[in-house]
Amino acid sequence: MPNPTRIEIDCSTGIESIIELTDAEVTQMEAERVAAEARKAEEDAKSAALADLKASAKAKLIAGKPLTAEEADTLVL
Amino acid sequence: MANTMTLISSVTVGSGGASSIDFTSIPSTYTDLVLKVTARGTQAAIAADCYLKYNASGSGFSDRAIVGNGGTASSFSDTGAQMYWFSIPCASSTASTFGNAELYVPNYAGSNNKSSSSDAVTENNSSATGSAYAHLYAGLWANSAAINQITLTNSGGNFAQFSTAYLYGVKNA
Repeated sequence: MPNPTRIEIDCSTGIESIIELTDAEVTQMEAERVAAEARKAEEDAKSAALADLKASAKAKLIAGKPLTAEEADTLVL
Repeated sequence: MANTMTLISSVTVGSGGASSIDFTSIPSTYTDLVLKVTARGTQAAIAADCYLKYNASGSGFSDRAIVGNGGTASSFSDTGAQMYWFSIPCASSTASTFGNAELYVPNYAGSNNKSSSSDAVTENNSSATGSAYAHLYAGLWANSAAINQITLTNSGGNFAQFSTAYLYGVKNA
């Protein structure tokens, strides 16, 4: 099975080339995929945690209960 | 103030897909660059990252982004061998949806560090958290070289057929 390809466009000539990746480039691409998945999972977890804190802060405000410092940070910049 | 915009080069990904798109030999005769990208990934995921680098360099990149993901808004920063640009939908997202972004690079041929700004969205017919993204992005390449090459990479997969990239030069006269 051939390796994936990349597209290269020479802006001085307008010539477009389709080039097969080397084995080393394929290995690098797989490493980047793993790192990117971890990065995205971290982003999503951070966003979910912030949403939870905001919801908790809102519920406590409505109920007249004291907020934690973390919850207050979501409301006061 | 920049007042003209000229297409330097463009590409549409063919049926075989492409792991990266590389604009080389970018002329230094413009004031600024504008890059417009519409892209989708082929890997089995809801979304993936589209990365950006200049001159095939592996250092000096950093970025700050405000991201809305359907649930809440948050901010992120990265430094490393390339710039994290924006999210693109992949095979697990709604069929035929794409991520769309525009990047502006002022004074790309100057001798100072290179800044950039961008806004982007990821299309996906779902309101679930993590299924679609909106990005406001600021990037920096801490390097004094003129930008003569821009490389876009799908993080670990191919850009799908019909993904496009258009590179424009902007002049102030």
